[in-house]
Amino acid sequence: MSMLQDASPHLSRISRFFQTFRVFLGETVIWTFLIVMAIIEFAPISWILATSLRNPSESFKLPPDFWPTSFHWQNYLAVINSPQINFLLFFWNSLKIALITTLAQLLTCSMAAFSFARLRYPGRDLIFFLFLSSLMVPATVIMIPTFILIRMLGLLDSHWALILPATTSAFGVFLLRQAFMGIPSELFDAAKIDGAGYWRMYWQIALPLVGPALSALAIFTFLGSWNNFLGPILYLRSWDNYTFPIAIVMLSGYMGTGNRAHVLAAVMISILPVLLFFLMAQRFVIRGIAVTGLKG
Amino acid sequence: MYWNTFRFVVFATFFNNLLGLLLAMGVNRAMPSIIKYLLRTALFFPVLTTTASLALVWNFLLTQDRGVVNYLLQQVGLPPVPWLSSSSWAMVSVVMFDVWRACGFLMVIYLAGLQAIPEVLYEAAAIDGASQLQRVRYITLPLISPTAFFAIIISIIGAAQVFDNVWVLTGGGPGDATRLIVLYVYEIGFKRFEMGYAAAVSLTLFAILVVLTLLQFRLSRRWVHYD
Repeated sequence: MSMLQDASPHLSRISRFFQTFRVFLGETVIWTFLIVMAIIEFAPISWILATSLRNPSESFKLPPDFWPTSFHWQNYLAVINSPQINFLLFFWNSLKIALITTLAQLLTCSMAAFSFARLRYPGRDLIFFLFLSSLMVPATVIMIPTFILIRMLGLLDSHWALILPATTSAFGVFLLRQAFMGIPSELFDAAKIDGAGYWRMYWQIALPLVGPALSALAIFTFLGSWNNFLGPILYLRSWDNYTFPIAIVMLSGYMGTGNRAHVLAAVMISILPVLLFFLMAQRFVIRGIAVTGLKG
Repeated sequence: MYWNTFRFVVFATFFNNLLGLLLAMGVNRAMPSIIKYLLRTALFFPVLTTTASLALVWNFLLTQDRGVVNYLLQQVGLPPVPWLSSSSWAMVSVVMFDVWRACGFLMVIYLAGLQAIPEVLYEAAAIDGASQLQRVRYITLPLISPTAFFAIIISIIGAAQVFDNVWVLTGGGPGDATRLIVLYVYEIGFKRFEMGYAAAVSLTLFAILVVLTLLQFRLSRRWVHYD
C-alpha cells in the first residue's frame, strides 16, 4: 500500500480506483453470501408455513410457494382434533415437562453455582472440577446406565423419567458460576456487614444481578426439553404420556403416508412457543451464549 | 458404523464451523439494526425448532420425485438427485441437514467471540494500511482462536451424538449408509435388548471422543492464542 502512495499522482488515481472497486466487489460478495444464507436458512420454514395453510389436496403443488397464498386454517383445527393423536394432552405433557425442568434447573443450578462462586469450604474446587468433567461425557454414553437406573427406580413410562435426570445440569452450574464470579465481591461484603445471611445474599443480591445468564439458561433448558426426542422414545410407552415431538412423527404416519398439510401445521404449532420465547429474549440468548462461549 | 460416524463428524464439524465463522463475521459488520435483527433471527431460526420435526420436513423437501429441492434444481437445469434413496447421496443429505440446522448456533458462539475483540486493534491496523483481508488474517483469526477451539470441540462432541437427524431423515439407510453410532446403540440396546453390548459400543465412542479431545488440546498449543 505505502509503495503505491509514493508513486506518481496519475498512478495513485488508478490504484485508488482499483481499491474502490475491490472494496465494492468485497461488499457485494459478503452481502450476497449473507442474503443467500439467510434465504437458505429461512426458506424451508416459510415453506412450512405456506404449505400448512394450503388446502391439503394442494400440498404437493409445484412450483412451491414460499409465502402463504391461501389461509386454510382448517389444517390447524384438524391437528388439534386429530383422531391419531390427542393434541391437547400431548401438548400439555410437553409443556409441563419443559416448565418443571426449567424451573428446577434455575433453582438447583443457581444454588450450586452460588456455593461454588461465593462460599468457602474444603474440597470446593475439587467438586467443581468433577462437575465440569461430567460436561465432557457425551449423553450417549450415559444413555444406557440412565435407562437402567430409571428402570430400577420403577419410573419407566412416567414423566419423572424425563424430568428427574434433567433437574440439574453441569452446564447450567458452569454458566451461572461464571456469572456470579462477575459480581464485585464488595457487594457481598457490604451485605455481610449489614447482617445479611447467605440465603439473603443469594436471593436478594446475587440472583437479581445475573438476569441475562438466568434467562439464557431458561431458554436452553426449555428448548432442550421441548425438543427432546430420544428421551420420550426410550422411556414412554403408553399413549397418555406421549409428548409433542412424538405426536408429530406419529402424524406423519408409516412411511410418510400421513396428511402432509396436517403434519406441517403441527410443526408450526411446535415452533410457536419457542419462537415467542426467543423473540422476547433474543438479546439475552446471545449474551448468555457469550458468557459460556468465552470461558470455554 | 464407526466409519459413517467418522465421516459425518468430520464433514459436519468442518462445514458448521466454517459457515458459522463466516456468518458471524458477516453479521458482526456495521449495518442498520433492523437488518441485523432480521438476519440474526433468520439465521438462528432452525436452531430453535425441533430437530425431529425439521428432519421430517426435509424428508418432504428432498423426495426424489416431486420434491421441492429437486424441482428447484431442475429449474436451473440440473438433473434431479436421489437425495435419500442413494447410499452415497444419503450421507451428503444428512450432513447438509445438520449444517443447515446447526450453523446458526455456531454463528452465535463465534459472534460472541468476535464482539470481545477490541475495536481499537482494527482501527490501528487500518491506520497502518492493512487491507481487509490482512486484518482478518492477523487480527480476527488469532484472537478468535480460543472461541474456535471451544466451538470445534463442542461440535465434534455434538456431531458424534446425532440421533434425531438420521432416525427421521433416513432411518439409517439405505442399507447401513447413514447408520451412526447412537442409532446403532439404540437399536442394539432397545430393539435387540443387548444392553451390555450397547453399553460397550457407547464406551468405545466415549474413548474415541476423549482421545480426540486430548489430541485437540495438544494441537491447540500450535494454533490457539490466549491473549
